[in-house]
Amino acid sequence: MTVRLVQRPGPSASLVIRGARVLDPAAGIDEIRDLVVRDGLIGGDPAGLEAIDGAGMIAVPGFVDPHVHLRTPGREDLEDIATGSMAAAAGGFVTIVAMPNTSPVVDNAAVLGTLLDRGEREAAVRVGFYAAITVGQQGKELTEQVEMAELGAAGFSDDGHPVSDAGVMRRALQYQTITGLPLVLHEEDVRLSGRGVAHEGAVASRLGLAGIPPISESIAVARDIVLAEYEGGHIHICHVSASETVDEIRRAKARGVRITGEVTPHHLALTDAAIASLDPSRHKMNPPLREESDRQSLIAALIDGTLDLVATDHAPHDADEKEVPFEEAPFGITGLETAFAVCNTTLVRTGDMPLELLVRRMSSDAATALGLPVPTLADGAVADVALIDPEATVVVGEGGFQSKSRNSAWLGEELQGRVALTIAGGQIAWRP
Amino acid sequence: MSRRSLLTIADLDRAEIARILRVGNRFAEVMERDIKKVPTLRGRTIINMFFEASTRTSTSFELAGKRLSADVVNVKGSGSSVEKGETLKDTVITLNSYLPDVLVIRHQSVGACQLAARHTQAAVINAGDGKHEHPTQTLLDLYTIEREVGPLDGLHIAFVGDVAHSRVARSGIRGFQMMGAHVSLIGPPTLIPRDAEAALGVTVSTDIRDVADADVVYVLRMQLERMGPGGFVPSLREYAATYGVNHGRLRPGQRVMHAGPINRGVEISGALADDPKTLIERQAANGMVVRMAVLYDLLAGPSAGAEPAEHPIGAVSV
Repeated sequence: MTVRLVQRPGPSASLVIRGARVLDPAAGIDEIRDLVVRDGLIGGDPAGLEAIDGAGMIAVPGFVDPHVHLRTPGREDLEDIATGSMAAAAGGFVTIVAMPNTSPVVDNAAVLGTLLDRGEREAAVRVGFYAAITVGQQGKELTEQVEMAELGAAGFSDDGHPVSDAGVMRRALQYQTITGLPLVLHEEDVRLSGRGVAHEGAVASRLGLAGIPPISESIAVARDIVLAEYEGGHIHICHVSASETVDEIRRAKARGVRITGEVTPHHLALTDAAIASLDPSRHKMNPPLREESDRQSLIAALIDGTLDLVATDHAPHDADEKEVPFEEAPFGITGLETAFAVCNTTLVRTGDMPLELLVRRMSSDAATALGLPVPTLADGAVADVALIDPEATVVVGEGGFQSKSRNSAWLGEELQGRVALTIAGGQIAWRP
Repeated sequence: MSRRSLLTIADLDRAEIARILRVGNRFAEVMERDIKKVPTLRGRTIINMFFEASTRTSTSFELAGKRLSADVVNVKGSGSSVEKGETLKDTVITLNSYLPDVLVIRHQSVGACQLAARHTQAAVINAGDGKHEHPTQTLLDLYTIEREVGPLDGLHIAFVGDVAHSRVARSGIRGFQMMGAHVSLIGPPTLIPRDAEAALGVTVSTDIRDVADADVVYVLRMQLERMGPGGFVPSLREYAATYGVNHGRLRPGQRVMHAGPINRGVEISGALADDPKTLIERQAANGMVVRMAVLYDLLAGPSAGAEPAEHPIGAVSV
C-alpha cells in the first residue's frame, strides 16, 4: 500500500540556480556550482533558463515535516490546506503530513478521501494525511485501517489523545502488520500529567503552575517500546522532550526495536526558563519546554541519530484563543516558517551541530523514517529544492505569516536563515 | 503595556520594600486620627477587579483607595459581563477605556495579571493570581513581622502545610528571603513543590516537629478548591493529626501567622486561631495601611517618578 501525497497541479519549474553551495549530504553532494531544474526535474541543459543568483546560499533537498496540524476539516479559521502548505513552502518544506485530530476526526475513508481531494486542489507542497488509530481518537475501537491505507493514509495517530489502554495499542500493533504503516505516537500518561500546563521543575514551582513531569512521556514510551518489541511493529515517537525518553529510545534502538523519533525546533532551542513571562501564545505547548539538561540530551540524540528528524508540530491557534491567562490557554505554537532558521540560529551557528547534519535530519532522514519519498538533488530526480541564505537575518512575522496564525515563540525576534526559493514536486512553491 | 506594575514580589527590590513599609507606618499614624482620610490620590481612579472570592484583600484595597481619596470602582466576576462570557482581555480593554490609574486584579488563573498588563495603560496590582503570587499579602506580612516580631534579618520563618497551591507562600518565600530571613517549608511531600530546595532556596521537612526551629510559624490554608479530584492527602482528619498546628506543637515565644481564611481544626486548631498572641488579626488590620502604601508608591511616590515633596500625604510628610 502506498502513501498518497497530494499537491495542486501547476507549471513545472525550469530555472538555473547560479553558484550556490549545492548540498545533499545523503547523496554525497557538496560543491559550489550551478543547479539546473528543467521541466520540474533536477539536471538537464541550462541553456535558455531563467537564472537565479545563488551566491552565498545553500541549495538543499527540500525539508520534510511529518507532524503538522492543518486544522482541516473543522477549524479552517485557524489554518487550511492552502495556507498551511504555503507556510511549509515558506519554510523550505516540500512534504508535510497532517495530524487527524480535526473536527470531524480523520477516522474513516470518507473524511480522508475528502481531504485528499481538497489537497489535490489546494496544496502548495506535497501533503499527506494520517488517520486516527481509534474511532474518534477515543482509544477504544480500531479504525478501518486497511481501507484508509488503501486510500493512501500516511500512517496512524491518535496524536494529542494517546492510546491509554495497552490492550488497544497491542491490537493496533498487530493490525499494523497488514498495512505496514507506522503508528505515530504522542506519548503521554495523561493521569501523570494531570492538570499540568508546564514542565514540572523549578520554574513551574516558582510560578505556581501545575507540572507535567518528564516521566509522563517516558513511561508511555517505555510501555509502547515493550509492546512494539513483542509485536514487531514500527512506532514513531512524536516531539520527544525529555532526557528520560531519549534514554528509552536509545536502548530500544540498540536492541533492534523498530522505533523512530522526532524533536521539535522549540524543544531544541528553548527551555522552561522562557515561560517566566507567562505568554501562552509563545511558550505554552505540550509536551512543555523542559530543562537545559533535557535540551542538551535532545541535541545529542539528534546528532547521534537516536532521534531521526526534526518535526515542527506546527499548531496554529488564533490570537483570541491564546489571549487568556497562561493556565487557560490551549497548547501549541506554529513552526513551519521558522523551523530551519531556529535550528540554524540556535544549533548550527552556535557550533552545536554541523549544517550538513541538520539538512540531512530535516530532509532525507525525515522522509526515510516515515517511509515518504526522499528529496534528493541527484540528476533526474523530481525537483525538491530549498534555496536558503543561511546568513541572512529575518525578523519573524515582519511582513506577516503565510500561516493564518501567528502564535510563534519567535514573533518579532531576529533569526538567521532566509528561504529564498522552494521547489516542491517540481513546482515553484515559494519565491517571495 | 502598562506603567510600573506590581505583578510579583520580585518586581520590588529590598530598598523599595523597605520604603513601602515605612510609608505604611506613616499611614498607620493617620489611621489613629479622628478623620482617617487624606487627599493624596484625589482625582485618581482605581478599579478593583475581583474574579475570585475575597473578603480581606478586596475590602482592604477598597478602603485603602477611599482613605486616599481616590475614586474606587469594584468589578466582580459575578454580576459583571464575565458571566455573559466576556474574556478577561475584553474586560480589561473595556475598563481601560475609562482611563483608570490602577487595576487591582484577583483572578483564579496564573498569568491573568500578566495578560491584563499587556492590554492596559494603568498600573496593574496583582491581588492574587491562582497559585502564582500575592505580593501585597507579602508586604503586609513583612510589615506585621517587623512591627510585632522585629527585623527580618536572620529570622527563621516556617511555612507549614499546602505550599503547592499557595500564592501566599510563593510570594512570601521570595519576599522574606529578600529581607534577610531564612525560610523553611514543612508539610506532606504531596504538597511541597518539586525541587523546592533548588527552585525556591528553602529547606524542606516533612516532620511537623521541625516547626520548633522557627521564630515565626506561618500556617497555610488547605486549598481544597484547587486540589481537584484525587486528593493530595488521604483525609483532612489525618492531615490535621499529622500537620495541624496547635498549642501543643509550639514552644513559648513562637509567633503564628495565617493569611486567612482559616479552616478551623484542619491546618490550625480553633484554640490557637482564637489566641490573641497570634498575629492573624494584626495581618488583617495591617492589610489596609500597607495597601495604601502600595497605591501611594505606584501613583504618587518614587515609582511614579514624582518628587515626594510635591505630593504630601495630607499633613504627614514621608
